[in-house]
Amino acid sequence: MAVPTKSEAGRREGTVIQLTAKDFKGKVNPDWCPGCGDFGVLNSVQRAVAELGLRPHEILTVSGIGCSSNFPGFFNAYGMHTLHGRALAVATGAKLANHELTVIVTGGDGDGYGIGGNHFMHAARRNIDLTYIVMNNQIYGLTTGQLSPTSREGMKTKSSPFGSVELPINPLLISIMAGATFVARGFSGDGKHLVELIKQAIQHRGFAHIDVFSPCVTFNHDNTYPFFRERVKRLEDEGHDPSDWKAACEKAMVWGDTIYTGLFFRSEGRATLEEKEPVLAQGGPLAYRPLGLSQEQAQKLLQRMM
Amino acid sequence: MESARFDFVIGIGGAAGQGIATPGNILARTFVRRGLHLCAYNAHQSIIRGGHILLALRVAEHEIHSHGDNLDLLLCLNQDTMNRHLRHMRPGTWVLFNSDDIVPGDAAEGVHMCPMPVKALTNDSRNKVIQNTVALGAIVSILGLDFATLEAALQRELGRKGKEVVEENVQAARGGFDHAQAHFPSLDRPVPTGAKPLAVWSGNEALAMGGAAAGVRFYCAYPMSPSTGILHWMAANARDLGIMVRQAEDELAVANMTIGAAHAGCRAMCATSGGGFALMTEAIGMAGMMEVPVVFINVQRAGPSTGVPTKTEQGDLWQALGASQGDYERFIVAPKNALDAFNTIPELFNLVDKCQCPGILLSDLLISEGTFSVDPDAINMFPPIDRGELITQPRSADGANGADTNGYLRYQDTETGISPRALPGLEGYVYVAATDEHDEDGVLISDEFTNPHKRRKMVEKRARKLQHVAKEVPPPALEGPADAEVTLVGWGSTYGVIKEAIDQLKERGVTANHLPIKWIIPFHSEEVSAILNKAKRVIVVENNYSGQFARYLRSETGFAAHGHIRKYDGEPFMPHHIVEGVLAQLAGETTRFVPEHEFIV
Repeated sequence: MAVPTKSEAGRREGTVIQLTAKDFKGKVNPDWCPGCGDFGVLNSVQRAVAELGLRPHEILTVSGIGCSSNFPGFFNAYGMHTLHGRALAVATGAKLANHELTVIVTGGDGDGYGIGGNHFMHAARRNIDLTYIVMNNQIYGLTTGQLSPTSREGMKTKSSPFGSVELPINPLLISIMAGATFVARGFSGDGKHLVELIKQAIQHRGFAHIDVFSPCVTFNHDNTYPFFRERVKRLEDEGHDPSDWKAACEKAMVWGDTIYTGLFFRSEGRATLEEKEPVLAQGGPLAYRPLGLSQEQAQKLLQRMM
Repeated sequence: MESARFDFVIGIGGAAGQGIATPGNILARTFVRRGLHLCAYNAHQSIIRGGHILLALRVAEHEIHSHGDNLDLLLCLNQDTMNRHLRHMRPGTWVLFNSDDIVPGDAAEGVHMCPMPVKALTNDSRNKVIQNTVALGAIVSILGLDFATLEAALQRELGRKGKEVVEENVQAARGGFDHAQAHFPSLDRPVPTGAKPLAVWSGNEALAMGGAAAGVRFYCAYPMSPSTGILHWMAANARDLGIMVRQAEDELAVANMTIGAAHAGCRAMCATSGGGFALMTEAIGMAGMMEVPVVFINVQRAGPSTGVPTKTEQGDLWQALGASQGDYERFIVAPKNALDAFNTIPELFNLVDKCQCPGILLSDLLISEGTFSVDPDAINMFPPIDRGELITQPRSADGANGADTNGYLRYQDTETGISPRALPGLEGYVYVAATDEHDEDGVLISDEFTNPHKRRKMVEKRARKLQHVAKEVPPPALEGPADAEVTLVGWGSTYGVIKEAIDQLKERGVTANHLPIKWIIPFHSEEVSAILNKAKRVIVVENNYSGQFARYLRSETGFAAHGHIRKYDGEPFMPHHIVEGVLAQLAGETTRFVPEHEFIV
């Protein structure tokens, strides 16, 4: 199968037209509730990839299940809308098969931190070059309002009418501890800031995790736009040094009158999974390599059996 | 060894950790290099150290298909083996044991008891596994093979451990050889030499190598017995062959990563066993809905749940048939032996690529962990590769913004149901693949108020493509005389043991033929019905309790078998089990025969 790789033919000769965010608008309009925080995330990703000069066919978005996981359908690029919780696993396979793709994984807090929690930790540990954007609304929206792994203790939902008795998880600390090399938090109500974070995350070599406060206006009456607007402070304004691991952990633990957004942690030193994988060092994307064995390989295998 | 042809079974018994594999490998390699055929089965426990292992290594001058019915020579590496297996030894067989440590039991008359004073023979070597090497020398002597053959084999097997180790072992083997020459009776005729040297592999190695030959570029697994051998082979050969091998965090990740890689264009495969396969099933349905060609291997072990991890069974047929929710297209295939397993992988990849759907291969511990000789010329390392309707060339995106898809319909409703597939990354074909029901363009229809028309269209489109490609799968064929008294129907790994049972039945005056089933989906209902309706007495042989295949056969053909032979004790059939089952049914004693596994316990 002689498929030209991106480096060979993907970028076609001729005038390169600078695309705009509008060019990344998908075939269908989002069916999110009016006012949903996910609109802000979608717009920010569209602006970010346009500003980075990416083209739709160079991008693969992968999602799981949930309101926010409908993202690929609203975005003009290659997309995979997969199973609940499995987006990172699918994306890992796709990225390893074609490491020239820019792979953006999108989903929600239930999808990513609940049912997909194990994959989240391991994707971070592998430092695979994915950008993982979690639209965190601290509730299960598509199933009409139950607890999520990030719901606050005491929160009353349809599945916790007397208040949640479980602690919420801290996704930033989990990914920092697990080995993610880019850990950030955004707020859907602060689009300009979010676009910058997404651009940096896509450009970062390695696992980039952005947790985005994306209020659910229908089911979560606690973590609303006003709730975040009153509390959110940009780390950039505090002079935070993202290479300081300990400071990143400390800032990630702050939750109260102040809640930080911005780039918590970034490590440039660690090689990505793809860079460490000797098979990928042998050439272009695996997906485009010729199939079958060489005479020499076959002989060697047979000899070993004799 | 009763027949005129050379056919000899060596049993090596001991505890895990006593080094049974090394003498087993040395003997296996020695025999196949001589051109002899080999079939070995390792009955073991899920214990890393201790427990009981019995390796039955059958070697013959003719092609063999099972590890046989008896032992001709038993090597006892511990007292436990002596206590368990001496009673199985018939007159004219040999029992070797280290007389420093092992007390012989009461043998039947005519059994050659062969004590080996290992300490004296090895100058008090403190090497714990040296008795294995002494025994190798003795076995080679009993079989009348020359010592140089063994010396060369020790060199090959132990060479990497250094000169000193090799020398110590050669000396010990020489001690065993000379001792046997002086004290033990040897075989009454020379061991023959075959036409040409053969090769040796396990079923798992055959499956892995089949993947390599098929062009697998991505292999992913979570270790789980008895499928782990595939991962080990893949990992060891990954760099040489340019295969990406990943050990993932769980089987959910394995299945989903494999599908991700397949969707992006790799030939991708993963393997697991029972419980792991159960975890993968949701993803298999995803591949069905997204139309991703991908291969899943389930090496069956005794279930349910964790079951008996080191024992064999054909108990996952309905799990494969019911893998994932909903109706969807898939292939299910159960190869009959290691060589067939090798050949089936490229064949299955071609089918799933053409049909753009998942394929499930059912192996089991008997095939996967068994060791078999194979004619190297029978291994086609360069099978045909057909990737189906794959779009490989980018095209100019139309429109000013360069972002259009030129109206590409990933899930186009074609006559064959097959929609040409573009890989992510290709310019001009942008689309979204979704697990929700979708229209031809990939846009979800699951959220539409109601669209029965579109839903029905897509269900039928996917069904049609399997019907279209299924024609390429050959129907099963009857082996043996058409007018036989008994027709034995088996699936997958029972092939060899049924074949040998039929020969034994012939010696007992019973004519039987064999309908081996390899393809579960597509199932050739018409052809199978035609054969079975003409048969005099149909007996289904399978390694499970409930008769999973017999039920499937009835569901697909309406044909209810006349009798059943089933086994579900964790050990595979031996040919005589089937012979006894057939004779009992012909005598009208039962219609559901369950043999007593008296041997490997």
